[in-house]
Amino acid sequence: MSNEIEAIKDPGLPAHVHRKADSDPAAANRAERQVAILFGISALGTVLLIVSYIFVPQDLFIFIPVMGNQNAHQLGLGLGMAISLFFIGMGAIHWAKTLMPDTEVVAQRHEFRSPDSDRKEFVDAVKSGAGASGLGRRSLIKKSLGAALGLSALSPLLLLRDLGPLPKKEFETTSWKSGTYLVTDPGNRRIKASDLEVGAVAQVLPEIEDPEHRALSDIGKDAVLLIRLRPQEFNLTPAKLAMTHDGIIAFSKICSHMGCAVALYEQQTKHLLCPCHQSTFDVTRGAKVIFGPAARPLPQLDITVDGEGYLVAREPFSEPVGPSFWERNSQ
Amino acid sequence: MTIESGLGTVANYVDERTGAAAWMKKNLQKVFPDHWSFLLGEVALYSFVILLLSGTFLTFWFDPSQREVIYDGGYQPLAGLKMSAAYASTLHISFEVRGGLLMRQVHHWAALIFMSAIVAHLLRVFFTGAFRKPREGNWIIGIGLLTLGIVEGFLGYSLPDDLLSGTGIRIAEAIIQALPVVGSYISYFAFGGAFPGESFIPRIYTVHVLLLPGAFLALITAHLMLVWYQKHTQYPGPGRTEKNVVGYPLMPTYMAKAGGFFFIVFGVIAFLSAVASINPIWLYGPYTPGQISAGSQPDWYMGWLDGLVRMAPPLETHALGHTISWNILIPGLIVPGILFTGMALYPFIESWITGDKREHHLLDRPRNAPNRTALGAMSLTFMLVALINGGNDIIATHFSLTINQIMWFTRFGVLILPPIAFVITKRLCLSLQRADRELVLHGRETGTLLRLPHGEFVEVHEPISPEKAYLLTAHEQPPALELPAVDAHGVKRAGGLRNKLRSRMSVANAEAITKASVNDLKEIDHH
Ligand code: HEM
Ligand code: FES
Repeated sequence: MSNEIEAIKDPGLPAHVHRKADSDPAAANRAERQVAILFGISALGTVLLIVSYIFVPQDLFIFIPVMGNQNAHQLGLGLGMAISLFFIGMGAIHWAKTLMPDTEVVAQRHEFRSPDSDRKEFVDAVKSGAGASGLGRRSLIKKSLGAALGLSALSPLLLLRDLGPLPKKEFETTSWKSGTYLVTDPGNRRIKASDLEVGAVAQVLPEIEDPEHRALSDIGKDAVLLIRLRPQEFNLTPAKLAMTHDGIIAFSKICSHMGCAVALYEQQTKHLLCPCHQSTFDVTRGAKVIFGPAARPLPQLDITVDGEGYLVAREPFSEPVGPSFWERNSQ
Repeated sequence: MTIESGLGTVANYVDERTGAAAWMKKNLQKVFPDHWSFLLGEVALYSFVILLLSGTFLTFWFDPSQREVIYDGGYQPLAGLKMSAAYASTLHISFEVRGGLLMRQVHHWAALIFMSAIVAHLLRVFFTGAFRKPREGNWIIGIGLLTLGIVEGFLGYSLPDDLLSGTGIRIAEAIIQALPVVGSYISYFAFGGAFPGESFIPRIYTVHVLLLPGAFLALITAHLMLVWYQKHTQYPGPGRTEKNVVGYPLMPTYMAKAGGFFFIVFGVIAFLSAVASINPIWLYGPYTPGQISAGSQPDWYMGWLDGLVRMAPPLETHALGHTISWNILIPGLIVPGILFTGMALYPFIESWITGDKREHHLLDRPRNAPNRTALGAMSLTFMLVALINGGNDIIATHFSLTINQIMWFTRFGVLILPPIAFVITKRLCLSLQRADRELVLHGRETGTLLRLPHGEFVEVHEPISPEKAYLLTAHEQPPALELPAVDAHGVKRAGGLRNKLRSRMSVANAEAITKASVNDLKEIDHH
């Protein structure tokens, strides 16, 4: 007995099992009829599609158990299309399965690697071609070509330059100036401190000349949330406390993480929550991050009131609002 | 004239003008192996065709412009609101164009199914080892298609400019803005100035309907030509070898099945689009940076990225007047970059570990490549944990958990669970191998008990068929690479650490339950 491990033998392809339709003409005819019925159902689907398109009004709603109220036009079009397509597929596959040849065939594979002689000639041709160009020897050509190709890649980059202006300092500035009135959004009305009850939140924007044409890019930096607490609820440094007015505190509404609108305020906990990645900011502690991926508190706007009690910004934001960027000095 | 002779005339006509007869003959008889898992790639291909068709339909009405308009269409709740022309035209497609809503839903469902099919197809290829030589190139093309698909899908659902999609663009802008040194510049160039501006949607529109579909077509063509030329892989089994391919000829059986399957995929997508609403943009309202809709969720193929961003710890470096947002860069760029590069290079890594440079046309049963299967399970677990965190707000409300709990679970889970999945999967594969061996050697349990003369009960085992026995033992069990630390002359090899790592991994990779052999069967007979 040898120590060779003998593998279990390949018994070869199992014998082909004939289908009924292969030998019985009646079964084959039955299969043909089944295929025709499937194609026929598809045609009915197309009829449903046409009828829905032309005759079912777009605003007709019908009640369907389980699905609830459905737009009949949309449902008819969709189901018609689904039926017309699906049953063409079913017909074709049933046809293939019952009536087309189902004997498995064996084809041979060939290794992709060419015969060694061909490979050698090929490699030689590449080498001698490269050699004849002198690329290897003439280093001046090689280097200058490399430099030229590298430099030419700059031109598409350069040509894209006019896609937009340079950012300059725009990431760092907003429309808020000292003395800018806070106005409601929507509405663009100035608000008095007394308009806000304790516990209330309001979204405000800086007052501008032409509020009808406020640019979205400005809203994206200027949006501010006002929240009114009882003054004793704050737990702020004296400097930050001085930026509030009578319990009203103002934060940038643009998340310091990735710029979503920080829109959810929980009255009980006095937390602001950003729905994008759930960064949570504690209003009483100057929007300190208490949860989530944001790394910085929301910038606080310094507010006060004018002689008539309307809220105004005392100072612009003292730091850039929104997500971080390379040039941001966050120290 | 019968159909046969008509087609024959066409074939003659074509050959007389191209001399293609020999080539066509060979290719019409080309053999395609049949298996349900080979349909996954087809689903992806057909969904792509459906995306082309439905997308072209949408372009006839969609207005890719961020110009401000006042809505005066038929959807009353938004009447008189300011919005972009892009959003208004999407509302128009949804409410006034007959079949418009259906086509929007077909386009969106097809996109989801396209991405699901690509991922499922990729997993099939991975777990069966179909990416091995000579198919590494097609694996890389596949990873390219997956990556482009994620980008294309994101650009697509950004087009309607509703509150949800605008929020997605805002987040993409923040990732760009976070790039060290060049971030603010690239953001200003991409958006033509400050976010959101009026340039972005027209620009991504060109990319969505022209540039990327063109790239898809080129890559898909190359992908299919390679499949054609290299011939399809096949599962092991009786009569199937590395040197042959067993299946059905292209014409007519495979053609009818594949053609029929296209209609089935299209029909299923149309059905979903008829009954299941998707992306009802009219409920979200137009985009403005000052507002947000609660429960902001991207499509699922972006969800894992969102989940990673959500679980990132709040890390930023503030130094020398500059800010680096690790909380954005790590989950948004670095981790996905490593994952996708690793995935693209995997065929080369595996062949480096095994030292196997041969061609492979027979697929592996996943259990017979325990290390690879375990690695796949590990990566899937990572993605799944990330995806779960991407839906943490929804999961929290559905299962009455707090977001806090889910966040901490996933922060640790994303590091701890993948290695656990690796170990469990590897053990599982090895015990499946053991079960295979038992099955070959002792046969199948029949459930019938037999009472031996001395009173003991034994279960009757029935031998399995020779076909089955062959299937369970057809795989190779190559030994680990031998990489001695010193070469033939007793000199220490260069790159010792690399070699050590390689042979360690090779040993782990070669771990297996010795498969049953004829020798074992004879041994049993002796007893
Ligand atoms: C792999 C390919 C593609 C993917 C994954 C994809 C994905 C998407 C998605 C998810 C949407 C949002 C649909 C919605 O809910 O409203 C969309 C919108 C759109 N896509 Fe595509 N798409 C693809 C190819 C194409 C092609 C080839 C075209 C045109 C030739 C196209 C044209 C459009 C248009 C015009 C819209 C905006 C209209 C609307 O949203 O109603 N797409 N795409
Ligand atoms: S944008 Fe607010 S948490 Fe990410």
